[in-house]
Amino acid sequence: MTNHWVDFRNSDVILIMGSNPASNHPVSFKWIQEAIDKRGARLLCVDPRFTQSAAKAHVYAPLRSGTDIAFLGGMIKYILDNNLYFAEYVKLYTNASFLVNPALKLPGDNNGVFSGLEGSKYNKDTWSYQTGGDGVIKKDPSFQDPNCVFQLLKKHYSRYNPDVVSKICGTPKDKLLEIYKEYASTGKPDKAGVELYAMGWTQHTVGVQNIRTMCIIQLLLGNMGIAGGGVAAMRGESNVQGSTDHGLLFHIWPGYLGTPTASLKTLKEFNEKRTPTTKEKNSLNWWKNFPKYSASFLRSMYGKNVTLEEAYQLMPKLDDGANYSWLTIFDQMYKGKFTGFFAWGMNPACSGAHSNKVRQAMGKLDWMVNVNLFDNETGSFWRGPGMDPAKIKTEVFMLPCAASMEKEGSLANSSRLMQWRYKAVNPPGVALPDGDIMSEIYFKVKELYEKHGGPLKEALTKITWPYGKKTLDGHYHYDPHAVAKEINGFFLEDKKVEVPNKKGEFKEFKKGDPVPTFAWLQDDGSTSSGCWVYCGSYADKGNMAARRGTNDASGIGLYPEWAWTWPVNRRIIYNGASVDLNGKPWDPKRPVIAWTGDKWVGDVPDGAGDPGSGRPPFIMKPDGVASLFGPGLADGPFPEHYEPLECPVEKNLMSPQKNNPAIKRFDKPGVGSDMDVYSGVASCDPRFPFICSTYRVSEHWQTGVLTRWCPWLAEMQPGMFVEMSLELAKERNIKNGEKVIVKSPRGEVEAAAIVTPRFKPFNIDGNIVHEVGIPWHFGWITQARPKSKYGPVDKKPEVFTFGDAANLLTPTIGDANTMIPESKAFMVNVVKKGVI
Amino acid sequence: MSEKIKLFDISKCTGCRGCQLACKQWNQLEAKQTRHTGTYQNPPDLQANTYLLMRFQEMADAKGGVKWFFRHQACMHCTDAACVKVCPSGALYYTTFKTVGLNPSKCIACKECIAACPFDIPRYDDKTDKIYKCDMCESRLSNNLGPACAKACPTGALIWGDKDTLLKLAYKRAKELGDGAYVYGDKYVDGTHLVYVLQEKASVYAALPKSPSVPLSIVLWKDVLKPLSLLAAGGVLAGSFLHYIIHGPKTPDDDSVTKTEGGE
Repeated sequence: MTNHWVDFRNSDVILIMGSNPASNHPVSFKWIQEAIDKRGARLLCVDPRFTQSAAKAHVYAPLRSGTDIAFLGGMIKYILDNNLYFAEYVKLYTNASFLVNPALKLPGDNNGVFSGLEGSKYNKDTWSYQTGGDGVIKKDPSFQDPNCVFQLLKKHYSRYNPDVVSKICGTPKDKLLEIYKEYASTGKPDKAGVELYAMGWTQHTVGVQNIRTMCIIQLLLGNMGIAGGGVAAMRGESNVQGSTDHGLLFHIWPGYLGTPTASLKTLKEFNEKRTPTTKEKNSLNWWKNFPKYSASFLRSMYGKNVTLEEAYQLMPKLDDGANYSWLTIFDQMYKGKFTGFFAWGMNPACSGAHSNKVRQAMGKLDWMVNVNLFDNETGSFWRGPGMDPAKIKTEVFMLPCAASMEKEGSLANSSRLMQWRYKAVNPPGVALPDGDIMSEIYFKVKELYEKHGGPLKEALTKITWPYGKKTLDGHYHYDPHAVAKEINGFFLEDKKVEVPNKKGEFKEFKKGDPVPTFAWLQDDGSTSSGCWVYCGSYADKGNMAARRGTNDASGIGLYPEWAWTWPVNRRIIYNGASVDLNGKPWDPKRPVIAWTGDKWVGDVPDGAGDPGSGRPPFIMKPDGVASLFGPGLADGPFPEHYEPLECPVEKNLMSPQKNNPAIKRFDKPGVGSDMDVYSGVASCDPRFPFICSTYRVSEHWQTGVLTRWCPWLAEMQPGMFVEMSLELAKERNIKNGEKVIVKSPRGEVEAAAIVTPRFKPFNIDGNIVHEVGIPWHFGWITQARPKSKYGPVDKKPEVFTFGDAANLLTPTIGDANTMIPESKAFMVNVVKKGVI
Repeated sequence: MSEKIKLFDISKCTGCRGCQLACKQWNQLEAKQTRHTGTYQNPPDLQANTYLLMRFQEMADAKGGVKWFFRHQACMHCTDAACVKVCPSGALYYTTFKTVGLNPSKCIACKECIAACPFDIPRYDDKTDKIYKCDMCESRLSNNLGPACAKACPTGALIWGDKDTLLKLAYKRAKELGDGAYVYGDKYVDGTHLVYVLQEKASVYAALPKSPSVPLSIVLWKDVLKPLSLLAAGGVLAGSFLHYIIHGPKTPDDDSVTKTEGGE
């Protein structure tokens, strides 16, 4: 999240699209309600289904799943056509004036794709800027040049007129215009609009571009960096933000440092490849510090046991061009390429797209370790529906672990807020905190390597692991404070360091001293930091995440003494864009930062140089400004509407290119497997005529591994359902509450029908198209089963749930940039149980 | 101590059911097997193990749109409580907070309260042979805490506080909302201790009486005849006769037995 939860209270217009916070982020409505009550804020909700959030909205507009870019592209056109953008902001703080390579072709002139498409990959040579002899980007601040970003943006979205958009999205034109008008009203300096999204935007083949489209809108309206503005990614799990920050994903090291690839042979080559440069003279280009962060991270892994270069050599590398995301992992597992697998705090047998493939894949392993609170569909996959235990060789080990309230540590939530949590109770039985389990495994594996050797032995034996000691009980106990201190970082030697921003002034540090902030990190190996963005979280003032101060001098709800946010306790990032060139807030009634004449007051300033310095505020971008034109993505510098891979329409009304051309299809020879089948790709498939989307309910969490075992929660939401319109139910002769089967080419699930006016058929270019929706929290293990199916140690739920995983239906197709599966728009059939 | 009430503002409720869960947790009410019947509302009705139920209700509006209401249903805690009037054993009583407490150990399962309650709140449990209902978390109130449900509410839809303050707030809120929004509860049964701000006519909401009152029969019986009967020698007979006239002959009361959902 660019801003934070409390900040919703500062908004004038709140757009809920791609999310359902009333159900899934209930506390967010405390702040949304406050904005409505105290500011008279307007709440808009765009969703295929009339949700609990829609029930609270002033305006609700339906749209067909997978058509968000068309909807928002139309809003861009509306803003530009009606001159509703914040002109000064756009001029100063975005790349609107940059001149683009005249050879760039936009989809409107190029059969629906950008120039440079070679197979399913873009050659981005034409997605570049015009530069002068000095390498500086050419600009036209008057926005008149036909090749300037502003004019290209206007041209690109001129095709997104409300009539076409309405035909694509199925949104009535009057509703479309009502939403456009209300949201575009925040383009004034004294108005703020925020957008709230979650997996409703990410889980598409155009997921990243969905969010990009909103970023463009927020930049045009001057809503980035201001109080009540921003793009709010509401995380789907309490520590998703933290785990991403700390390198959970394959393509980044902690702190968003791009993972090295095999072709980058030395640390120097790696640093050069990952460190951007710029010729823009006032741009700070913060990522120029990359070598300091990579060196400090390598030190946190190996300390001084090896040199920096050796540490780099010991770190795993990606094969060039290879993808190691979820879909690929389970595809490779299905093809027998893995020996063993740790499912740690996860339940892929229910959470993985195309769960049938995932469940089959796990049968190809020699061993699997399931670390979880309860047995789940993953640990027991071998005895799940349709499985013959006699034929499965995989040996499964269950390691019971502690729940979040049974151990100490921190979580980082959507607000980038790192909050320390204390242990409330001891874990039951033999369950251990994850850190203890990891320590046990680490020391055992290390011992085995030392005894028997093995490939890249030193990668393990040289690692530093100062997180806890073996105690009298023979176990290693992990100390979360030791980890938090390592994440913050410390000096590895006595060192005199020049004070950042103060030439000639020095400060001395002793070996072991914490690094105060990332501005002090070094590229010579004298500092260690496990995650540079968290530097400052556990420094000389101790554990900042444990703070519980409730002062708020800002008056806008920053609460800077409550826990700690990365980076440097900044509560609203990009806040350098909330002020004009003189440091005066665009909206003096809602200042995030302000220049008093000799200093900044308010939030920790972001990118704001002293007024007059000419420094553009988006310092994480090499050229210092925000990108309306974004050549960094795999599938286009501007978002373009493409249909979901599985869709109910014959053609894309926007262009001859039906689907995102840069996606990786698993049904192509040599890519996926025999199990990767789709429907309705080339043309509509009458066997699967309805769109389906997945979502959550308030009462359950993720695949329900924790919540399905809670009798009170299971009592309220006891099982799988499918929501559908009255019209569809009539067509299929389905009554409310009846059992039905939802099928896709990949699987089927049984569900209770909820026949509801909250789903309505869409009119898509004159055709009636139905959409249905299903929750993804359920799984077979908490279903009632015959007594004979319970083993001696099996836990039996007090309240059974009904139904198996929604992901048995979802396709193995991912976003062109992230490979997140398209679980929010795929095709199914719905039939009454017992009717073929 | 000033009189307190619980105020439920339907316009602020998102249906997250934190209140329903908090009620179960504080009162340690056993969960029962339910099944999906085509609505999020579950259990389907108030039960002996469910003192508080969030009612989910959908309605198509005149403009082709749809509305979805989430109503907090629990004991209204009448000031003039029919259940207390009819309870012969003292199991139901007025607390020092003027709410209606329940002491199940005194309950003799006569079920008079079920017939008397204008809001259809008390539920009979055949396993324990007792009546159950919300007691506004008397155990919390007597420790200076508000009821668990209000504590759990994230949006401010459900709040606990001084009667005067909250009633003022309720009227102000109804006015702000406009469009026919109104306060429900303070004008009935000498004022309820669960007061609503509602946006639709009472008749629109499922299981909500339009103008609740203590049944006339009970007023006659308990407030008029009972005192008289103490004076009259034939009082007992007259009472029995009246009871027969009003309630008719004793019939099996299967309807009032909570059916627990099951069968999965």
